[in-house]
Amino acid sequence: MSEHEVTVTINGEKITKKVEARTLLVHFIREDLALTGTHIGCDTTSCGACTVIVRGKPVKSCTMFAVQADGADIETIEGLAAGGELHPLQEGFWEKHGLQCGYCTQGMIMSAKGFLAENPNPTEDEIRHGISGNLCRCTGYNKIVEAIQYAAEKLQAAEGGE
Amino acid sequence: MIPGAFEYHSPTSLDEALSLLKQHSGDAKILAGGQSLIPAMRFRLAVPSTLIDINGLNDLRYVEERGDHLAIGAMTLESSLEDAAVVRQSYPLLHDTALVIADPLVRNMATVGGNIAHADPANDHPATMLAYNATVVAKGPNGERTIAIDDFFTGLFENALTEDEILTEIRVPKPGAGSGGAYTKFERKVGDYAISAAAVQLKLEGNTIAEARIGLTNVSAVPMRAPGAESALVGKSADAGTIEAAGQAAAAECDPSPDLRGSVDYKRDITRVMVKRSIDKAVARAKGGN
Ligand SMILES: Cc1cc2nc3c(=O)[nH]c(=O)nc-3n(C[C@H](O)[C@H](O)[C@H](O)COP(=O)(O)OP(=O)(O)OC[C@H]3O[C@@H](n4cnc5c(N)ncnc54)[C@H](O)[C@@H]3O)c2cc1C
Ligand code: FES
Ligand code: FES
Repeated sequence: MSEHEVTVTINGEKITKKVEARTLLVHFIREDLALTGTHIGCDTTSCGACTVIVRGKPVKSCTMFAVQADGADIETIEGLAAGGELHPLQEGFWEKHGLQCGYCTQGMIMSAKGFLAENPNPTEDEIRHGISGNLCRCTGYNKIVEAIQYAAEKLQAAEGGE
Repeated sequence: MIPGAFEYHSPTSLDEALSLLKQHSGDAKILAGGQSLIPAMRFRLAVPSTLIDINGLNDLRYVEERGDHLAIGAMTLESSLEDAAVVRQSYPLLHDTALVIADPLVRNMATVGGNIAHADPANDHPATMLAYNATVVAKGPNGERTIAIDDFFTGLFENALTEDEILTEIRVPKPGAGSGGAYTKFERKVGDYAISAAAVQLKLEGNTIAEARIGLTNVSAVPMRAPGAESALVGKSADAGTIEAAGQAAAAECDPSPDLRGSVDYKRDITRVMVKRSIDKAVARAKGGN
């Protein structure tokens, strides 16, 4: 069995743990780091419920080994609400009813956070393209798109105001 | 599902990766983006005893024109290809393809080299590279060699690399004046593999098709060209009758299997339509349109 020491900075906190090479990043996050906001929705890399941001890019954490994240900055849903205040994306999903069961929500939010960082003012089409790796079985997506539009506007207004 | 146990190495240079590969020859696998390999390992369809993770080889991430070709480093992410200005401007067939490979999350990990090395007829780059007449560059213990794309795909998930070689670069010839290309894919839903897809790269002289290469996706066990469709085009004028004949030739020469994505007859007919649409678009682009 091949064990490795892995150091990650997760939501700003630096953590070192020993992991088996075959440990998937999603299992490392949920089981070793006890951050269960990141979900597992499939076995086939299809659903995006496990989306986290690694080195600035949203990826499916079920299709990467924890050892590959050694030295990386990782953001998960738990890191979003700074000082107990909802992030504009979380607020958007609340205000625009962007969720029903909520299973897909954190993946949607982490994908959106990733692409808004590159394209802060997306068109509706660009939002739909951006979340095309995330499946939702409840909402029909329209409310999710509205929630992301809400967040994009709010984030832009905050930028402008600074 | 959890993959079988393996020994993990993360070399930081190509030479180190090659020597690890030689040392573990036979039971080691290269880990690139992992977006094909890790799903296969989770289902235990692949149980390598050693993984050599080449994500540290940042020297293999580039997309740039060099001399008569576009050089794509094997570790170039699909998402970088999608964003590259040179691809958008001068390689429309490649740009079309980059946009429809899997989904944005997968494209943030998946590499161009991995997509080709995997030799999966369901992947989109093989057909595109066949249509472009690309060249694959491989490096092994005895140095570097080039492999014509026509000789690269040797079986289902099998390629012409030897066990101790790493794919390092893909070279796409610069399209000359009067060239146009397009990729058209029919999928059940965004992010899925193709029901069928067609890559077309051609060259016009006036309204006559002087050269044409066509690659097909997911309608054969090994990524294939459509030689019958190509010869239905070459030397003919680019009109509706010629294009229909090429579509019909491709439908006849492809060899799809029936599965979740449809029956054999259905896939043949979709292939006919994809080939026609790609030719139409390629001709329009060759004439300077979009
Ligand atoms: C949900 C989902 C949908 C997808 N949909 C599509 C799609 O629509 N179209 C499409 O084209 N692809 C699709 N893919 C596949 C994806 O594009 C893969 O990532 C790609 O086929 C392989 O690239 P990779 O870098 O991830 O390679 P890996 O998975 O790391 O490797 C694949 C194979 O190639 C070998 N290999 C990799 N790099 C090298 C190298 N440089 N030298 C030698 N051998 C090497 C590995 O050892 C392995 O055997 C999808 C994947 C998923 C998970
Ligand atoms: S759990 Fe479904 S894509 Fe990762
Ligand atoms: S809200 Fe239920 S899956 Fe999206």
